[in-house]
Amino acid sequence: MSYDEEVLEVLKAAGLDILSCMHCGTCTGSCPSGRHAGLNTRRILRDARKNRPVLEDKDLWLCTTCYTCQERCPRGIKITDALLEIRRLAVRKGFMLPEHRRVSEMVLEYGHAVPLDEETRKKREELGLDPLPNTAQHSPEALEQVRALLRTCRFDELTAEK
Amino acid sequence: MTKLSLFLGCIVPNRYPGIENVTKLCLEKLDLDAVDLPGASCCPAPGVFKSFDKGTWLSLAARNVVISEKMERDVLTICNGCYASLADANIELKSDPEMKAQTNMCLKGIGMEYQGTVEVRHIIELLYEEIGPEKLKSYVTTPLDLKVALHYGCHLIKPTKERKLGNSENPTFFDELVEATGAESVDYTDKMMCCGAGGGVRSGHIEESLEMLEHKLACIQRAGVDCIVNACPFCHLQFDKGQLAVNEKFGTDYSIPVLHYSQLLALALGISPDKLGIEQNAVQNLEFLAKVYEINAGIR
Repeated sequence: MSYDEEVLEVLKAAGLDILSCMHCGTCTGSCPSGRHAGLNTRRILRDARKNRPVLEDKDLWLCTTCYTCQERCPRGIKITDALLEIRRLAVRKGFMLPEHRRVSEMVLEYGHAVPLDEETRKKREELGLDPLPNTAQHSPEALEQVRALLRTCRFDELTAEK
Repeated sequence: MTKLSLFLGCIVPNRYPGIENVTKLCLEKLDLDAVDLPGASCCPAPGVFKSFDKGTWLSLAARNVVISEKMERDVLTICNGCYASLADANIELKSDPEMKAQTNMCLKGIGMEYQGTVEVRHIIELLYEEIGPEKLKSYVTTPLDLKVALHYGCHLIKPTKERKLGNSENPTFFDELVEATGAESVDYTDKMMCCGAGGGVRSGHIEESLEMLEHKLACIQRAGVDCIVNACPFCHLQFDKGQLAVNEKFGTDYSIPVLHYSQLLALALGISPDKLGIEQNAVQNLEFLAKVYEINAGIR
């Protein structure tokens, strides 16, 4: 089975039926990214349905996951959920934007996608707050727990440069 | 009243600590029982991590919920993204025994087990449901003479099936909370549109993300408001830091102050503006700052 044939299989396994799409275009017409950044949601769903290549498609990562298409779909198709499912298959096949690998590295290293920086540490002090927030960043044990959990999930392997 | 643990997430403590500061002050003024959630990690951010790996997303979210379960407190989020991850993961783990078993296999390695005994709340939903706009007005000591462009943010209300906060096309609950402070929530074109940051778009496709933001800012500017109010630090960051990037990219000169609802509420509860951290924002609007200090001093 080719990568692209797997897409429909994965959607089916997740209980997401995109075959009932009647191509009305409500998804694309409702999409903020469609209007301002050229994302064509309907086209991606059609390509997925026809086993055309979608996993390498950079447009897959233009969806802001605002869920407007999913809310408005007259067929009740869980479009955003389907898109997320396709993205996860893309990542498993190694298709990931370099910027997203970096976000993953942040969590692996600091337990936070947006870790504390020197500038904010100063801002915290100005406000009379503890310079280190009471989160995983405050506790080496908690941070090690987060890292161990991510290793168990093999998130480090999944997101490593291939 | 519900016992709560305050989940800070990443952007509030690590970029906009003023929101952390005043959220705690507001909760205290409103007699809400909320304590820190020590050792919490990234929620993890739904747009990116849920797009990368379901198991990792569920496990990391479950760990944060488990810390709160041990404290026998519901999780209180102050971010739409954290709410989306923690509430959705909580719903999924409670309703899908297989998912729960798989997640607990992962958690076992760090000596944790998810039970499914607590709820995940968002501060806006909590204030609306547990206090309500009418009662909230009785706490207001400094009614705010401000015009506000309210940005709900997508994940506060969508997917509606999970959120149960009503219609996502024309919601009013958040506007009612804004107006409880005395401020006016001004209608504007494309009010319910996304800020353009979510889903990994801000990190992965910054130019396109700014295209969406510029449109929102243009609509807000035309409405003639004093500030933007949100309930999501990621939208907050997009509106605040992104505004400077938009000015650079499009040659515009937007200078619209950006406040989290906690910061707006703090002003209305009479908390001094210097506790808010708005002077630490990327957007520096001196006219607005002067107005806020005048309101606080009762000379406006």
